[in-house]
Order: sequence, then structure tokens, then C-alpha cells
Amino acid sequence: MDNMQFDLLALLPELVVMGMAMFILLLDLFILPQNRFMIYGLSQFTLLAAAFFTFKTHTPAVGFAFSHMFIDDTLSDVIKLMMYLGTSLILVYTRKYLQDRNLYRGEFYAMVLFGLLGMMIMVSGHNMLTIYIGLELLSLCLYSLVAFDRDNPRASEAAMKYFVLGALASGMLLYGMSMLYGMTGSLDVSDIANSIAQQPKSPVLILGLVFVVAGLAFKFGAVPFQMWVPDVYQGSPTPMTLLIGSVPKLAAYAMTVRLLVQGLHPLALDWQDMLVLMAVLSIIIGNFSAIVQTNLKRMLAYSTISHVGFIMFGMMSANANGFASSFFYISAYVLMSIAGFGIILLLSRQGFEAEEINDLKGLNQRHPWFAFLMLIIMFSMAGIPPTIGFYAKFTVLQAAWQAGFTWQVVLAVLMATIGAFYYLNIVRKMYFDAPEDHTPLSAPLDMRFILSVHSLALLGLGLFPEVLLGVCGHSLLISLQ
Amino acid sequence: MLFTDIVFYVLSAILLFSGIRVITTRNPVHAALFLVLAFFTAAGIWLLLEAEFLAIALILVYVGAVMVLFLFVVMMLDINLDKLREGFWEYLPMAGLIGVLMVVEMTMVLAEKNLHPSEAVELPANYSNTAALGKVLYTDYLLPFELAAVVLLVAMIAAIVLTLRERKDNKSMNPADQVKVKRSDRIRIVSMPAEVEEAPAVAAEEKK
Repeated sequence: MDNMQFDLLALLPELVVMGMAMFILLLDLFILPQNRFMIYGLSQFTLLAAAFFTFKTHTPAVGFAFSHMFIDDTLSDVIKLMMYLGTSLILVYTRKYLQDRNLYRGEFYAMVLFGLLGMMIMVSGHNMLTIYIGLELLSLCLYSLVAFDRDNPRASEAAMKYFVLGALASGMLLYGMSMLYGMTGSLDVSDIANSIAQQPKSPVLILGLVFVVAGLAFKFGAVPFQMWVPDVYQGSPTPMTLLIGSVPKLAAYAMTVRLLVQGLHPLALDWQDMLVLMAVLSIIIGNFSAIVQTNLKRMLAYSTISHVGFIMFGMMSANANGFASSFFYISAYVLMSIAGFGIILLLSRQGFEAEEINDLKGLNQRHPWFAFLMLIIMFSMAGIPPTIGFYAKFTVLQAAWQAGFTWQVVLAVLMATIGAFYYLNIVRKMYFDAPEDHTPLSAPLDMRFILSVHSLALLGLGLFPEVLLGVCGHSLLISLQ
Repeated sequence: MLFTDIVFYVLSAILLFSGIRVITTRNPVHAALFLVLAFFTAAGIWLLLEAEFLAIALILVYVGAVMVLFLFVVMMLDINLDKLREGFWEYLPMAGLIGVLMVVEMTMVLAEKNLHPSEAVELPANYSNTAALGKVLYTDYLLPFELAAVVLLVAMIAAIVLTLRERKDNKSMNPADQVKVKRSDRIRIVSMPAEVEEAPAVAAEEKK
């Protein structure tokens, strides 16, 4: 507490988000329903302001605040900026859907911002306690957002499943953390690393590690902790699926970097094996299960599991190169998944959810432009050049190959080929089947425009991958020094 | 030291017994009451460890607030016990196997040779557990402490969002609306041409 002023300055973006979330919550009580666009605008403004402050207070040096509870390094700043962008896109795409279904309420925006605050804390947590509380803040917001449409029995069921399994995962994580605390006598990430490096490896440490990795895998949705993913993705209203499936993965990545790399690096040989197993199983099970799905959201859920497998491919190399590649993959994945669900939201309208794969039939005859955008998104998810998805897969597999995981890489390439089947199946339905439904689109103009720019960016970033790759690699390298 | 040892063993025995009864008793209300007993004895063990504040907080918060709420919920839910017990024997072999495996694994890992208990620290007589907790809570642990408050706020918002319903057939009045009412909301003055009444006698004569 020697320098309180600096402490608060490091937390400025967090304070802005928290203050505005509370302000929005209060403001919502005093405005008429027809003026609710103010809430929406204010939420977007909050994200912009937070981005401004994150950018302004950025320094290349690593800063600590609140007695090393909070870390402010380049990695956290870059991830936070990506989170603002992702959340902002989500808010644009979900507005119409929420209005149509009587879910357009101030609490939604307050919850989204509180969830964002939780993620920012996870990203900047340098103490297991802070990381855990950030995670709980995020999870609590997501559980209640899934159940937000409370008269929808499917959403309630999904929320219940998510809540029970999420609580179990948090419990495992906490149990693992308590073991690590017992063996190292500290909750601080750097102190844990120092303490482990100085003591002989004991089974208790490994047991703690197993629980921590299991908790992390649960939050990522990696096999064998993937059971909740398809049901929750399918059952939640699409905006909530978008919220669960995209930006929180960035936070989970940051948490993995803090816990496994910065905290438990002396045990890297042990967690490497666990990640290899989970990565390989996730890619196999995710891709094979996705093939047989008829529901688009469920298919995207299984595809998420396989993407998580690829993300772990980068991490299992346990070196900076590998983690940089999986950072690149995860940011590409967040962009792709928001765009993919954005198309589902675009095609939905009052009383109709475009969530079956057959709802996309003949999209090319109805709306050639959006069919083309969906084509880019699907190509990107499948990893077909020159989209960003291709470079993401390529860098991850390259890092794993250099680390000596030969057969795993061969298997992953095979599985990616199998995965291309179900992505291209959607393209086939869009371009070669006759449309069954001729209702015109009702999406607002700003959403159409931003979705177009967003999808084209997948292509643009694929043509110039070094931009994003450079940002990811650079921020990770200078933060891990 | 003999006396505290005896107290410790008595409390531990009661704690283990009540813990087992929580999961074996058939009646959920009894299970909740055994849980109260478990909390109470655990608080006693904490007192032996000179963690007075935590011991009292455990009783006040868990026994006083959480368990009372829990009992209310158990009584109001009207749980069908037969349905809960369905499939018990079917799942028992699998669950038992996993349980035994977990116990064996934990004993192997947590065996005494792997743990290095630190020496007990002799504390001065005027040492206050509460003051020490308060000091770290508002200095080193300020950030997590404040964030925990945000978590509670979110929990509150979520609970209200998910349960507050405005009934459509609700006929209650909003006093603010009643006070704000103006004359123009209640009566409308319409200007109409005056109706001139014709003499009925004249009309009657014309008919004839």
C-alpha cells in the first residue's frame, strides 16, 4: 500500500467498466422502455472508454498493484483490447435478437459488463485468489445470462447444467489451488514458481496440478471435460451462446498462462503430458461428433471442442513459441465464432431461430452476399487458405512439430480434413440446395455492415497474418521474460 | 496438554459421526440438522486452534443464516424421497468403486511422508486473531475483498432478474402515479353546441 495512486491507475480500465456497469444498472430504472437505446449506446461507450484507458496506461514494463495481486503487463493489455472488441461486436449482433424476444433489458448489459470485469480480473490476476474470484464473477454472470430468458424451459435446463458442472469445475480448481498453497505456502504466482523450483517434486504437488488442469480444461471445454458444451450451446438463447463461446476463451487462455506457465512452469513436464492427451482426444471427439449434427449451434459446439484441441496443441509444446501460436489461434477463433453466430443471429427473426443446418438451405439465392460471408467464415473455421483459420492451424501445428510431436501433428491434420467435411456441407447447402424459406431479413443496417466488415476481416487477416501474429507473439514474449 | 487432546478427540468423533449421518440419514431435515451439528463441532476445533474469529463466524454465518435458510428450502420443496432414492443400488457398484479408488489415491498422496507440517508458533497472550485478519483483509487482500463484494452484487442482480415477475393481473396502484395525476388526466372538457329543444306541442299539432 505504499503507492496507492499507482495502484488505482493500473486498475483504471477495470474501474471504468465496473462503475459504468453499476451506472447502467441504475439508469435502466429511470428511463422509459423506448429510450433503451441509451443503455446500449452507453455500453458501447464503456467498451470504447475502457479500450482508451487500457491503451493510454499501457507501458512495456510489467507493473504490479495491490501487493502483487494484480499484474499489468503487455499480454494483459492486448488480451483486454481483444475482449473489448469481441464484446462490442457481440453487443452489435445481439441487439435485434434481444429486442424481438423481449430480452432487451438493462440488466443484460450490466451483466455483460460485470462478466467482462471478471474476465479482465482473470487476465490480470497474479494471485490465485484474484484469478479465482475473477473466474467466479465471470461464471456467475454467464449462468444467469443463460437463464435470462426465464420462461424458456430449454434455456433454464441449459443454465442448470452449466451451473452444476461449472460449480464442480470451480470446486476442482479451488481444491487444486489449496493443495498448491499447502505445499508452497503462497498464493502468489511468482512465489509458487520459486518455491516449487526449490523443493523436490512431491506427489501432493502433482495432485494439485491435476486438479488445476482439470478445472482449466473444464472451463475451456476440452475432452474429457466437454460434456456440458453441446447441451449448453444448444439450449441457451443464441446471444448467450455467443457470450459463452467466444470472449471467455481468451480469459481462460490468460488464466492458463498465469497458472501453468508463470506459476507451475517447474512442473511443465507433467502438465505437458496431460495437455497432449486432452488435445488429441478433443480433436478426435470434437470433429467426429460434429459430422452427425443437424443443429447448427450443436455442430458449432462440437467444432469448438476441436478448436480447443488445436489451442492445446500450441500449449503442449510448453515453450514461448507454442503459447504464442495458441494465442494467435485463440484470437482467430474468437473472431470466427463471433462471426459464425452473428450469421445465425442475422437469419433469426421474431418467433424463428435459424439454428438448424437446413435453415441455411439456398441462402445463396436469398441473400448472395451473406451466403458469401458465411462461406468465408466456414472456410476459415475449416482452415482453408487464404483465410485466417488456415494460418492459425498452421502456426499451431508448426509449433507442435518443432517441439517434436510428430504423430500428433499428423493426426491433427487428418482430423482437420475430416472437420472440413461438415463445414463444407454447410457451404453445399447454401449454394446447391433450393431455399425453403423466403422471408426477407429483418436485421438492422449497422449489424449488416459490421458483420460484413468483420467477415471480410477474416479474409484480410488471412492475407496478412503477420499483423495479428506479430501482436500475439510480441506481447507474449515480452510478458513472459 | 492432555485436556485439549481429549477435547479434540471428542469433537472430531462427533464431527465424523455427524458428517456420516448427513449423507446416510433418510430424512432431509435430519440431514440438515446433522450438518448444523457438524458445523458447530468444526467451530469447536477451530477454537482449539486459536482461530476464534473464524469459529464464531462459522457459527454465525453457517449455523445462524445459511442452515436456517437451507432448512426452510428443504421444508418448502416437499422432496419426494422415493424418487431421490431411485437407481441407488444400480449406481452403487460404480460409485463405490470410484469412491474407494479416490480414497486409496488420496491416502497414498497425502501420506505423512509427503507432508511437512510446520512447527506450531507460540503466540503471545494478547494476540488477537480478529485484529490480524482485519489487518490483512484491508491491506494485502483489499482487491480480492472488494471483488468479492462485486460477486455478491452480481448474485443479487441475478437473483432479482431471474425471480422478479410482474403479474399481469396485479391491480395494485403506484402511489407516485397517483400523486402526479393532473386534472387533465381525469376529465376532458369538450365544447359542444347547445341543443335547442323544439316545442313538443308544435310537433304534435303537425302530426294531426
